[in-house]
Amino acid sequence: MGRVVLVTGVSRDLGGRFARIAAADPSVDRVVGVDMVPPRGDMGDVSFIRADIRNPVITKVIAKEDVDTVVHMSVVATPGRSGGRTSMKELNVIGTMQLLAACQKAPGLRHLVVKSSTAVYGSSSRDPAMFTEAMEPKRHPKSGFAKDAAEVEGYVRGFARRRPDVSVSMLRAANTIGPTISSPLTQYLRLPVIPTVLGFDARMQLLHETDLLEALRHATIAGVHGTFNIAGDGVLMLSQITRRLGRPTIPMPSIAVSQVGTAIRRARIADFSSEQFDFLAYGRGVDTTRMREVLGFTPDYDTEAAFEDFRRAVGPGLVSSRRVASVETTAGHPGNGAVNGIPRGSRG
Amino acid sequence: MADAEIIPLGTRGRPGRGSGSSRPSAAARNLAGRANPRGTTATPAIPATEPTTEPPLAGPRLPTQQRAPQRKQHPTRPDHTDASHPAPPTGPPTTSGTTTRDRAPAAGRIPFGDFLGAFSTAAREVFGEGWEPRLAEFLAFLRRRVSGDYQVDEFGFDQEVTDRFFLAAVRPLAEKWFRVEARGVENIPTSGGALVVANHSGTVPLDGLVTGYTINAHTGRHLRPLGADLVFSLPVVSEMARKSGATLACNEDAERLLGNGELVGVWPEGFKGVGKPYSERYKLQRFGRGGFVSAAIRTGVPVVPCSVVGAEEIYPLVGNIPSLARLIGVPYIPITPFFPLLGPLGLVPLPSKWLIEFGEPIRTDSYDEGAADDPMLVFNLTDQVRETIQQTLYTLLMRRRSVFY
Repeated sequence: MGRVVLVTGVSRDLGGRFARIAAADPSVDRVVGVDMVPPRGDMGDVSFIRADIRNPVITKVIAKEDVDTVVHMSVVATPGRSGGRTSMKELNVIGTMQLLAACQKAPGLRHLVVKSSTAVYGSSSRDPAMFTEAMEPKRHPKSGFAKDAAEVEGYVRGFARRRPDVSVSMLRAANTIGPTISSPLTQYLRLPVIPTVLGFDARMQLLHETDLLEALRHATIAGVHGTFNIAGDGVLMLSQITRRLGRPTIPMPSIAVSQVGTAIRRARIADFSSEQFDFLAYGRGVDTTRMREVLGFTPDYDTEAAFEDFRRAVGPGLVSSRRVASVETTAGHPGNGAVNGIPRGSRG
Repeated sequence: MADAEIIPLGTRGRPGRGSGSSRPSAAARNLAGRANPRGTTATPAIPATEPTTEPPLAGPRLPTQQRAPQRKQHPTRPDHTDASHPAPPTGPPTTSGTTTRDRAPAAGRIPFGDFLGAFSTAAREVFGEGWEPRLAEFLAFLRRRVSGDYQVDEFGFDQEVTDRFFLAAVRPLAEKWFRVEARGVENIPTSGGALVVANHSGTVPLDGLVTGYTINAHTGRHLRPLGADLVFSLPVVSEMARKSGATLACNEDAERLLGNGELVGVWPEGFKGVGKPYSERYKLQRFGRGGFVSAAIRTGVPVVPCSVVGAEEIYPLVGNIPSLARLIGVPYIPITPFFPLLGPLGLVPLPSKWLIEFGEPIRTDSYDEGAADDPMLVFNLTDQVRETIQQTLYTLLMRRRSVFY
């Protein structure tokens, strides 16, 4: 018997891509995509149902379609695109509550997969270097996406207690990066000049977008109960990231960073909300032992390779390696440069 | 980092662009002098090889210039044996297609030759004999830093910058200023995880840096210090601490580092030790909650007691401004005999003589899994480590003849 998978948030890029991947999987019979607006582009074998997960109508969809697996992907991080912080919070928290209420009433449900985020660990100076799934955040996120994600996780844990027959996989994805994905972090890294927090250098652990989709597919098929950090191996420092991108940085005191961040958000250049500035100062690392050993998933890209893929898509910045090389040839390369007394430009 | 591309620099003493051919290129010949357009002149050659052919050489520079040609025959350049560079500086070049002999420098021309001579002499002074590969290596290092092409571990430890910058900066402090004398270095395990437990003193925690340097100098291993919360909330300090291998003093990080087989340094007295008044010098403070011992038991690594004598005297703490400290949010505001009286000059540490002794490792691998949760055992082990360090401190103090030598 094949499986029937319901995917929420399919009109967004990652949701749509995941729905197509799930539909292509041989063990999946049918994929039902749900969202408020129809997805753009070809959805392949995915049947789309226009429904708002904040509305009890979702109960009927689950019952009518005989859904046995629900993949919840509509916890969004960007207030701008979902119409402001208020509606973002409503979509994230109320939407999840309604969806879980519907799931609780669905007797045929076997698996629930929730895409959460490592943002639930927060970011502070008192963090351990690597968070395992069992650790609590040292400073609970007080606003924005991180708080939403923490609340969503709370409701999902409540659901798991009430329906012990359903295996619940909660995937805490690290900051996702890749050539096509648009997230607060990728928008930030695409700025021509990158503002950073003076005197701090964040450790960042990244996850490639294809690894995120593959992890979700794996969790959907395997149905392993538990919470898992999903991230690539290794960390990159923010300074390393900006240098590899070849983008100049403006270090500014932490008070000024939030001002500048607000200005950038108002100007709609990057959708970076205030709770993410702590992340720019302290960063975050997560332990992925459980992902490998319990979930049985291994990402293809480590942090460095994922970032490298992103960098190729972004293109060279102001301080590209080619320019560094040419400066070196001009000034510091005594083999054929000005150091030998021959001005540059006189070369045959 | 290992296979940095080393580009051979310079022309190996030949005039021209360093193409290796005996005749410089047309462009180089054209550039070299319009006084003799038929090609017998050359670019300003490295004047160090023919100092007498350069009329504009000033008198005072002559000695350095004459020293240079003799160094040119150093064995690091085995291919440099052709007759164009005879040992006596007076000999004119014979086989080279171009010479600088009859080149009369036009008035007002930029003396590139002079600059280059000064540059190569200066480079030799700074980098020593093999300055060309060293300079190339340094440039490669610089390029890696600018382009971000280096590795950090999951704690943010940047080995390259630690070796090249932090350890190099502490070296003169430890060796010339404090004249550190290390004993019992053989007690530090050469491989595998170990926990170095040391006393903390000196108002400014320089003892951590110097201990880390001493261990690196003797064993080649990097000490991974566990730092207080405050370290990681201060700008700049937190960045440097992470890069030099420190991480937050919490059980999770300690066990993780020890489990990875690292050498972890911990100062259980914390701010109670660093900020204690001078009158209480060499009296160990309370050793926290013994978290370091349970971390060592859980990972089964040995505990190496480390006693540092000399750090107490670098900034003798005679006073404190607790109200101001509370206002700023730091544990103490130090008053020493020279700070803040002498201003920035008071920040110079007194040059006390340091003795660092590493005691015999205390093994923890004989305890079973649950031992870390046995408070009595943890307290006993903590006391044992504390007593060992305290007794060693007394012994070292008896042996020390004076604070400063």
